[in-house]
Amino acid sequence: MTIRTLIAAGLAIGLCTAASPALAQEKTDAAAFQKMEAAVKATFSRATPEWQKRIELDETQRLCTIARNQVSAADADAIQKRESASIVMPADGKFLGDWKNGFAVANSGRGGQFSDDAKTINGGNCYACHQMDPKELSYGTLGPSLAAYGRDRKYDEAAIKDAWKKIYNSQAVVACSNMPRFGVTKFLDEQQLKDVMAYLFDPNSPVNK
Amino acid sequence: MRLRWMSAAAMAVSLAVGSAGVYAQAAMDESEKEIERYRAMINDPMANPGYLAVDRGEVLWSEKRGKKNVSLETCDLGMGAGKLEGAYAQLPRYFKDSDKVMDLEQRLLWCMQTVQELDTADVVARRFSGPGRASDMEDLVAFIGNKSNGMKIEPQTSHPKEKELTEIGEAMFYRRAGVMDFSCASCHGEEGKRIRLQGLPDFSKPGKAAQDTMASWPTYRVSQSALRTMQHRLWDCFRQQRWPSPDYAAEGLTALTMFLNKQAAGGEINVPSIKR
Ligand code: HEC
Ligand code: HEC
Repeated sequence: MTIRTLIAAGLAIGLCTAASPALAQEKTDAAAFQKMEAAVKATFSRATPEWQKRIELDETQRLCTIARNQVSAADADAIQKRESASIVMPADGKFLGDWKNGFAVANSGRGGQFSDDAKTINGGNCYACHQMDPKELSYGTLGPSLAAYGRDRKYDEAAIKDAWKKIYNSQAVVACSNMPRFGVTKFLDEQQLKDVMAYLFDPNSPVNK
Repeated sequence: MRLRWMSAAAMAVSLAVGSAGVYAQAAMDESEKEIERYRAMINDPMANPGYLAVDRGEVLWSEKRGKKNVSLETCDLGMGAGKLEGAYAQLPRYFKDSDKVMDLEQRLLWCMQTVQELDTADVVARRFSGPGRASDMEDLVAFIGNKSNGMKIEPQTSHPKEKELTEIGEAMFYRRAGVMDFSCASCHGEEGKRIRLQGLPDFSKPGKAAQDTMASWPTYRVSQSALRTMQHRLWDCFRQQRWPSPDYAAEGLTALTMFLNKQAAGGEINVPSIKR
């Protein structure tokens, strides 16, 4: 309890600015950016064209890279506006799938690595960064605890919609968030998003026990 | 196996107390204890299998190879031809003959190609050892790194190219890309964080975390039953970052190493270490 409160307090402070602790004066200027891009190119010269494309920067990544996540208020607005526009709500209006399948999504860190094969089913890897089911001991702390997430929000409709947006595109909510943009990158498909949503919001999910 | 044992220990504690944060802390403490046990073995060449690589590296250093059929013993690693003491503590550094900043592995490849006129294709193919496949590079790095034990990491900044590459490395550390938008800083940019149960050293600030890390590579990795160098560590982190596989001995890896060593300045080298 105390620990959860402490984390919440820490988060509140952390979220006043953007997502990371780098000092504001540390930026990558235009000259350094050019040199970095040349070095990146040289470093992955043997990767396939498809893989090389994967690490080209989109506009959001470029802004977060240059500012080392400490974007100006104007850039933060621009990022959140652009990323919000990419969000697709579920076609059938239903946000919650099966929480049991949602556990698999939250628990798997597979997919997207150069060691994975084409048949790999992607996982959301939520446990790498978040506490979820309070009985699960192996969880990371890069993100806040999500234990009792639905229960704490009284399974409220608006909270469910907000969480969908957050998981679909974290940067629509927090510019330069350290959380991946799972929906817009198509890393998770709509059904997987619904299932992991149910893991957070189904009253029977162990997250809410 | 080990994880199950850690969880069991954590469970036992949970019966007494009653907060998830506390269970995880207990699991971490157990994992720390296990790492402590490894540390106790580091200085015992009989218990640390990394010393087998050191011995193999010593043989390779003096073995005559290549078109010229000479050893590497005239290779200049920055301290003068053939001088090994303290060389690793000052690498990567600028070399006039190649007009490049090189880390130890780039420099060794350069010496093989120019001093020995050895075709390095096979050496590069075996850059990371596997079952039944030794790696000359891992062995040489273990041998040469070990010759800097007790010395402090001394990042080189006197040549403009050294300064420049360090800055490139720092910029790369914050470059967010790939399907997960990860940069090195996503996982190594804050103190006291962990991914699942693995503690993540914070390299965004100079100091102990960076020192302890950089002063302990090359290392014998128990989980892989192999000695590994920084090239392998960064390759593995790029995998976790969902970036492509980096070229071996590429410029960007040296840039990142320059930056990490800047954060680790003054760390006392003790290698090969032993890690999970
Ligand atoms: C790489 C780490 C990382 C991963 C993986 C990750 N998150 Fe996050 N998440 C964060 C961080 C950091 C925050 C807090 C900052 C923010 O809101 O962007 C966060 C915030 C959240 C929030 C908002 C919490 C609040 O304050 O209300 C939700 C909900 C969430 N994550 C769900 C998920 C789900 C579901 C997954 C898996 C599909 C996931 N996250 C995967 C890092 C991560
Ligand atoms: C998705 C998370 C993630 C990303 C991104 C990541 N790493 Fe790591 N890194 C890890 C993990 C996990 C470990 C292992 C920690 C352990 O063994 O306890 C690690 C270990 C390391 C170590 C060795 C630490 C030690 O104590 O021996 C170094 C050095 C390192 N990373 C550098 C980097 C660099 C440089 C980058 C960017 C190219 C990077 N990492 C990107 C997760 C990550």
